[in-house]
Amino acid sequence: MANMSLEKVKMPEQDPDERNKNFLEVALGYTEDMAVEEAKRCLDCKGKPCMKGCPVNVRIPEFLQLVAGGNFEKAYDKVRETNSLPAICGRVCPQETQCEMYCVRGKKGEPVAVGRLERFVADWYMKNREPKIDEISGNGRKVAVIGSGPAGLTCAGDLAKMGYEVTIFEAFHAAGGVLMYGIPEFRLPKELVQKEIENLTGLGVQIKTNMVIGKVFTLDELMEEGFEAIFVGSGAGLPKFMGIPGENLNGVYSANEFLTRINLMKAYKFPDCDTPVKVGKNVAVVGGGNVAMDAARSAKRLGAENVYIVYRRSENELPARLEEVHHAKEEGIIFKLLNNPVSIIGTEDGWVKGMECISMELGEPDSSGRRRPVPVEGSGHVIDLETVVIAIGQSPNPLIKSTTEDLETHGWGGIVADEETGKTSKPGVFAGGDAVTGAATVILAMGAGKKAAKAIDEYISKNTSS
Amino acid sequence: MYKIVNKKTLNPCVKLLEIKAPFVARKAEPGQFIILRVNHDGERIPLTVADYDRNRGTVTIIFQEVGKTTRMLGEMNEGDELLDFVGPLGKASHLDGVKKAAVIGGGLGTAIAFPQAKKLYSLGTEVDSIIGFRNKELVILEDELKNVSSRVFTTTDDGSNGTKGFVTDILKKLIGEGNKYDLVIAIGPLIMMKVVSGLTRDYGIKTIVSMNPVMIDGTGMCGGCRVTVGGETKFACVDGPDFDGHLVDFDEAMRRQQMYKKEEKHSHDAHTCRIGGVENG
Repeated sequence: MANMSLEKVKMPEQDPDERNKNFLEVALGYTEDMAVEEAKRCLDCKGKPCMKGCPVNVRIPEFLQLVAGGNFEKAYDKVRETNSLPAICGRVCPQETQCEMYCVRGKKGEPVAVGRLERFVADWYMKNREPKIDEISGNGRKVAVIGSGPAGLTCAGDLAKMGYEVTIFEAFHAAGGVLMYGIPEFRLPKELVQKEIENLTGLGVQIKTNMVIGKVFTLDELMEEGFEAIFVGSGAGLPKFMGIPGENLNGVYSANEFLTRINLMKAYKFPDCDTPVKVGKNVAVVGGGNVAMDAARSAKRLGAENVYIVYRRSENELPARLEEVHHAKEEGIIFKLLNNPVSIIGTEDGWVKGMECISMELGEPDSSGRRRPVPVEGSGHVIDLETVVIAIGQSPNPLIKSTTEDLETHGWGGIVADEETGKTSKPGVFAGGDAVTGAATVILAMGAGKKAAKAIDEYISKNTSS
Repeated sequence: MYKIVNKKTLNPCVKLLEIKAPFVARKAEPGQFIILRVNHDGERIPLTVADYDRNRGTVTIIFQEVGKTTRMLGEMNEGDELLDFVGPLGKASHLDGVKKAAVIGGGLGTAIAFPQAKKLYSLGTEVDSIIGFRNKELVILEDELKNVSSRVFTTTDDGSNGTKGFVTDILKKLIGEGNKYDLVIAIGPLIMMKVVSGLTRDYGIKTIVSMNPVMIDGTGMCGGCRVTVGGETKFACVDGPDFDGHLVDFDEAMRRQQMYKKEEKHSHDAHTCRIGGVENG
């Protein structure tokens, strides 16, 4: 009998006033009883509408039915058939614009909490079962994957399951890409990311860290080393700045630098860990996306008294997930909407002391369909600050492009790749994730990695038979 | 892991480590740098490549013990291993087609000027090396430079070795004597590079400086290494570390260098070793 409650079973969370002082995970996850109760809200629709919202084709109704029946292990196996990183997706996917958007229950009331349940089965499995070592018979064919973020990990996992000998090359000292350096501990615990990666190395995937491809090897040299195909998932690693005066003052960070210091280098544990980060009493984060929310909430946790989100459009246009905005507000982040920075003001010796902004109002819709913000004349005002974090987006990292002549790229830096296969202009080279699309989501990158794995398999099989 | 195969103490606070890193050694060129991490909780620090041996598969770094990480590094010995060692990063120096060059090293900067002099010399360039130190005890690489230079001029602030005075005094004198340099390479403390660039600007001699600001990843991702060059923001890690000395905003670079001074102090109690040239190592 289905549970006909109009609302999702609530997920326990740390109290906002408590959690904005620590880096422990905010959402605590369902208990077994909660999971069963929520899973029973699924109507097991014949048409499986939810699945068309999932870039990695998780068999959603099937795994939900298994949860409803209390068969958590089988539910996990079902998810893992198509998704190599369920504990991560359950936490950071924007389900409200994917699977849950198509859920029939969402037409009247809230959709089934697919994300929370995916997280539940992954966590349950990690807690109660030993990692599974899948028996795979290798085909002895080598594929290189550049970057160990969500796109690279997914592509590597799928190829390994097909029997390929996969080597991932990672520039940083730790694997995980944005999952390690970008998304904060309180949203995605790093220990869990490493466990998911261990599941992949259990499939035989090799990970070589400290390897900056484009510098230490070019793509052509990798081909010469015997890799028959290469997947480039090098991410969107080039921070954008605003181009306003004062951006090089001490105390101005790109969101990439700010978050990498905190997440990957664990600056929140300074001086026990050696990497410092500077957070003043008053911090402004410029931008309105998920990265901006992550930076603001991190600044609060590091002891800032006033943390502002400075965004030039209104609340309706905030690109961040609703849940992230909600969490940020609960934690005391102050939203200065319809505000556009025009300059950052410094002290005589070069430290940030404020930021001048002008007020904006919304005009006609622009090319993105969102109403264009227009400056209000004479509205200049100064916010007193010691720290500014610029979170207005990233461009694809140019290192591979600049060392691979025959790899076609767009004017803005993205690698030109077929949407369905990831095929690039260079034979044997496939690409996906933010390196192709510009900054997007974890799950879209995973979807691209998955499609590319299939295309790489077809490419190598075809080369063999001909 | 990356094994230390050779260690030398060059002066009381400057040490040399030769590290086994075959992939890096295979590609490294003068002007490029590496990033290393000593242990699990350690920070990532950039160090310019001081030398490399493709046959031995090793890369040499020379550093001054100024912070917690470089002090830990200095305590390591032959046979010990570094946790992380990544490179080669940054662009290699363009040294082709130079007839006569002045290569200037200030303090520890001499360690980074050395591979440049070596490369220029091997390409047939006439190289005058000018190196400056605070006093006699701190002089490094003088003999090594003699092997790869036409002439070597050493200065000390107190006159305890070589000429008393600064590297700029020598450079000015050499130019005055009619030496026609088509390139000056200046590597050392920011203030030294600023003064050298100021001097060569007057003479219209192309001048390359090597910047080594704070950075995390070294691949263009963090943007912490921003340097203003000719009014434009550049990332030292991917656009540099070599830049045209006549275009670099040294005053801004010096301010930015102060960013973590307080934290560095926290990590490293008063340490008496100060040669200058901290930013180059």
